[in-house]
Amino acid sequence: MESAAHIEIRNLTMTYGDFVVQHDLNFSVNRGDIFVIMGGNGCGKSTLMRSLIGLQRPAAGTVLYGGEDFWNAAPEDHERLKRKLGIMFQGGAMWSSLTLAENVALPLSEYTTLAPEQIDEIVSFKLALVGLAGFEDFYPSELSGGMKKRAGLARAMALDPDILIIDEPSSGLDPLTARRLDKLILELRDSFGTTIVLITHDLASILSIGNNSVFLDAEAHTMIATGNPKDAVQLGVAKVRQFLTREEA
Amino acid sequence: MTTGKHKQQWRLETRRLDAHSLEVSFAGRWRLDQDLPSIEVLKADLSDQLTRLVFTADLSSWDTGFLAFLSALLKLCAARGIRVEQEGLPQGVQHLLAMARAVPEQKIAGRERDGQAVFSRVGAAVVAFFQDVPEMLRFLGEIILSLQRLVAGRAQFRGSDLWLEIEEVGPRALVIVSLISFLVGLILAYLGADQLRLVGAQIFIADLVSIGMVREVGALMTGIIIAGRTGSAFAAQLGTMQVNEEIDAFKTLGISPVDFLVLPRVLALMLVVPLLTLYASFVGMLAGLLVSTTIFDIGLFEYYHQTIAALELKHFMVGLAKGSVYGAMVAYAGCLRGIQCGRSAEAVGEAATSAVVTGILLITISASILTIIFYQLGI
Repeated sequence: MESAAHIEIRNLTMTYGDFVVQHDLNFSVNRGDIFVIMGGNGCGKSTLMRSLIGLQRPAAGTVLYGGEDFWNAAPEDHERLKRKLGIMFQGGAMWSSLTLAENVALPLSEYTTLAPEQIDEIVSFKLALVGLAGFEDFYPSELSGGMKKRAGLARAMALDPDILIIDEPSSGLDPLTARRLDKLILELRDSFGTTIVLITHDLASILSIGNNSVFLDAEAHTMIATGNPKDAVQLGVAKVRQFLTREEA
Repeated sequence: MTTGKHKQQWRLETRRLDAHSLEVSFAGRWRLDQDLPSIEVLKADLSDQLTRLVFTADLSSWDTGFLAFLSALLKLCAARGIRVEQEGLPQGVQHLLAMARAVPEQKIAGRERDGQAVFSRVGAAVVAFFQDVPEMLRFLGEIILSLQRLVAGRAQFRGSDLWLEIEEVGPRALVIVSLISFLVGLILAYLGADQLRLVGAQIFIADLVSIGMVREVGALMTGIIIAGRTGSAFAAQLGTMQVNEEIDAFKTLGISPVDFLVLPRVLALMLVVPLLTLYASFVGMLAGLLVSTTIFDIGLFEYYHQTIAALELKHFMVGLAKGSVYGAMVAYAGCLRGIQCGRSAEAVGEAATSAVVTGILLITISASILTIIFYQLGI
């Protein structure tokens, strides 16, 4: 069953022990959206991401991918849904015992039947896309933080995922590289129809490429606004306005 | 014309426009799951006279597979100086290809990892070993300087860290120390009984087990257990701190990581291992007692008195001294490998392994030296 929303978050509540991080989140992400999850430090953005990608079972509610229930699916369906996601972790999370090329090639050699030469071509191309051409034989420990991060994006894109979930894409990148990454994200959406979920508080990215968003509040422990971040300024929610315009409370 | 196995799949056509130009037309589905060709299929068409390549496309769908094919083809063309006209490709393809070329490929020299000859590898290992020795001595020097600061009361050192380490390495190791020293005591008793029975001197099992455990085996077993249990933990802790730049943070604040991190660990092991040694010796002797009285029919009191007569204070002193030295060795090896650790998860693993190997090596070397010294001194 294909529903209009690509990702649907239903009554999602996440806790750490007795502490409620966020409760009753309800929003949906449309196919081809560049959807921004924003909010101040410690509001539970990363916890929400962990629930979206299957690392942390929510205390209540669920996530639907293309209408399929992610958290209540049979194990094999759960795994199949997971493979539609490409995830870029904040620090890159590159496997330190593998070279960059091996890092990007691993999902391809595990989940496709492509010939090794073809995998090499794809790996080179993906690394070139993130501006790391020629770094195939480097180990992650030999790279800077920003390079690791971009390599992480190359790995996340390896399988041409339906949905790319990107945690803090621009933190630690210089402004030019960050904008290049924004351009790449836009291009991926336009060319492949990839749905992009960004977890970020980089205002430039939010306002230039985001076309839909949710704002999580650390004090109310739930969402206080959704919609296009460019309109959110006019939404009248004081906190969101302050966040997006760096206005003092 | 070249195509995939089925009709609906990818199609690739080439057409000579003139002597120097070739038109390459892509059609159909160019997707990864379509068993795409490698650029080898075009090699024959790319003759030497070719200077211009014109792409046209009528694709029903495409993905990374198409991009990777084109990307490899463009690289080949660039190498041969062939000009490429991409206007016929879909907009998205052109954009993504442009992005992939926006940052030029890095050409980094000296990145040949394989193909080293056996001899040069052996040579490199030997050189690395000898480079390691001055490093080890330097670290030893740092610890001694740090101890000196401690005595002078100037070390940046938190007492609570020491107690934490003592708890971690002492009480929590009791179970494994008990088990192993009991079994070793048992083995010693059996070994001795077998030989001593030949000359009818079974009662001397008591001497063998008690002096053996107190002087040598108690300390040795404890040292090895602590090397595996605590030395590796030290290396992993300090190694992870190295990865997280925590050690650098200490250095930039002007706090000596040796004072703050290494000293409490070294002191904790120097204090705790002798006590564990003593404990291990008693557990070992208890095992000897059990074996002797139940299997070899030696009376309980007989065994007890024989043990008391055999043991002198100097034996305990020797055992305690060895325990302290082994503890210092294990702490030294663990902290050394932790501080030397590289900046990756794999390096932390290597540091932990290396800490255990170095720890056991140092224990064995110091055991031999101490045994010779004590023999010469007649202790």
